Amino acid sequence: MQTFTRLSGLAAPLPRANLDTDVIIRIERLTSVPRDKLGEYAFEAIRYLPDGTPDPAFLPGSAAFAGAPILVSGANFGCGSSRESAVWALQSMGYRCIIAPSFGSIFYNNCFQNGVLPVSLDEAAVQKLGALAREGRTFDVDLQRQVIEVDGQSLAFDIDPLRRDMLLQGLDEVGATLLEDALIRAWQAADRQRRPWVWALGEEGASC
Amino acid sequence: MGRTLFDKIWDEHVIKDLGDGWALLHIDRHLLHDLSGAPALSELGKRKLPPHDPVLCFATPDHVVSSAPGRTEKTYPLGGMLWAGLKQGSEKGGIRLFDLGRPGQGIVHVMAPEMGIALPGTTLVCGDSHTCTNGGLGAMAFGIGSSEIVHVLATQTLRQQKPLRMRIRIDGRLSAGVTAKDLVLHLIGRLGASAGVGYAVEFAGEAVETMPVEGRLTLCNLAVELGAKYAQVAPDEITFDYLRERPFAPRGEAFEQAVGHWRSLVGDTDALFDSEHRFHAGEVAPSVTWGTSPDQVIAIDGRVPDPASLDDAQRAQEWRAALEYMGLEAGQALAGTPVDWVFIGSCANSRLSDLRDAARVVRGRKVAGSVTAWVVPGSELVKRAAEAEGLDQVFREAGFDWREPGCSMCVAANGERIAPGARAVSTSNRNFVGRQGPGARTHLASPAMAAAAAVSGVLTDIRSL
Repeated sequence: MQTFTRLSGLAAPLPRANLDTDVIIRIERLTSVPRDKLGEYAFEAIRYLPDGTPDPAFLPGSAAFAGAPILVSGANFGCGSSRESAVWALQSMGYRCIIAPSFGSIFYNNCFQNGVLPVSLDEAAVQKLGALAREGRTFDVDLQRQVIEVDGQSLAFDIDPLRRDMLLQGLDEVGATLLEDALIRAWQAADRQRRPWVWALGEEGASC
Repeated sequence: MGRTLFDKIWDEHVIKDLGDGWALLHIDRHLLHDLSGAPALSELGKRKLPPHDPVLCFATPDHVVSSAPGRTEKTYPLGGMLWAGLKQGSEKGGIRLFDLGRPGQGIVHVMAPEMGIALPGTTLVCGDSHTCTNGGLGAMAFGIGSSEIVHVLATQTLRQQKPLRMRIRIDGRLSAGVTAKDLVLHLIGRLGASAGVGYAVEFAGEAVETMPVEGRLTLCNLAVELGAKYAQVAPDEITFDYLRERPFAPRGEAFEQAVGHWRSLVGDTDALFDSEHRFHAGEVAPSVTWGTSPDQVIAIDGRVPDPASLDDAQRAQEWRAALEYMGLEAGQALAGTPVDWVFIGSCANSRLSDLRDAARVVRGRKVAGSVTAWVVPGSELVKRAAEAEGLDQVFREAGFDWREPGCSMCVAANGERIAPGARAVSTSNRNFVGRQGPGARTHLASPAMAAAAAVSGVLTDIRSL
């Protein structure tokens, strides 16, 4: 997995709460669009005017914020469906870091699986960052030091140490867990004795 | 200090403590569907890894298969490819697949409880956010992303950080015409769409303790619209009676042994929750959403709220955008608003009790001329049971389409969608912008309320019919 250590660049403002993963990427696109092209369809329900032209009020789509690696948005960002393609669509738009007051829990997990850093800060701090983003200030995000620096100010953020290390190291979780396979199998052998009903479903299946 | 139901199930599944509240957890049940399961099985193959415990995995196509009678893989070709991928991946990995037309096929969260695959005290995951539905039986059930699906397939475990615990108690009994769906929409409206972020919710109180299992599944289904990844109801006699004789549930002595264990999982009386909320069932009326987030909801006899009443400018702007999308005016009554579509289905409300509720309203009436109305039963077993009691005839005679099981128009991933600008009353769980199709306007409601809208052609208070 791609590592995340530091990031510098513009931040696109999208001040709206409860932006769900259906709005981030429409489900029908998942069956027809390759992963690295999903960005072209990200936010399609809210980035155009009724006549099909780009809505100037949707700043992440404007020329001023083209190539911005950071998105600043509202509370509960990425709520709704578990589709990991919401993260892929944001990555395909160029984002590696999302700043919001809170995140949908499954979306939050999915970010870490893809080398994307979600930063949660309190509402007032996010609003302030949103205003600085709108002015076109450059943001510096440093995961090692857990700070965002912008306009001469430094804002510390909290992140769980395990998740931080996962991004810093680009950890392959599957590989790491397979190293524990002896432990997993020993646990399962004991569980077959402890909770036989969890395991005794093969025979019932045959009669079904 | 006492432990909650969630704590006990969590503790029982820890293979290794990873520190800072993290654990490597055993996963007892893994549900796979066409949309997220097929690509994950393919990814597993690319990594040259076999499924760790195929016997604990259960696959069925639901998201991208057509719901048209007589459907084949060609009815919706894009979905047909994923369906084929799920079949191939399951066969190769030795995973049981419930294919179209067979018992077990259906929406994963309708299928898993009715087949006895979801059991109290088990950890159950699926690449679908509504996996929390299965918590209605007292399972620790949660939705995961694509990477985590591969992780579970390869290891039968997940690395998870323990969430905080929240209890929502609902005292008293629901009034006539008010269902679990109305209750949970009401709770989301009162608490907000992000109130449950970071929490595992346990629903408790008289209204829940007296609720049949299918209502509890609906209640837990929409917990994710409250922001909670996990939701549960403590298992009790109602749960055990529901599970007895289900195809994959334990039988005979093994069942009694399991029940003994399940009883021990109920939370201790001195267990502490990180957050507690209390409501009274009597305050809940039939609920309908007016906006584009499930927390934008009012009672059917209420009026659409006015963004001008808000102090928060960003929130006021969100409300205005929602009203514009929905084609509604602040202050207008919802009841009487003309409706174009009615969809009865989804993992929120497509079980036999839901179809009976809707059929009771529909019997002897006709779908209004301006309305297109569909019933999509949640599973093959629901469909067969409904047909055995003649519910399909009730719906057909009224002018409904009676369709094949799957997710269908709840998520519009299978080519079935509401037309742009059309107004739908839907028994599903998400009224997001574009969820049921680009430009589609969704009002979430209970099956009885959806049926009432179908026969009267307008949003209707079920209590007035």
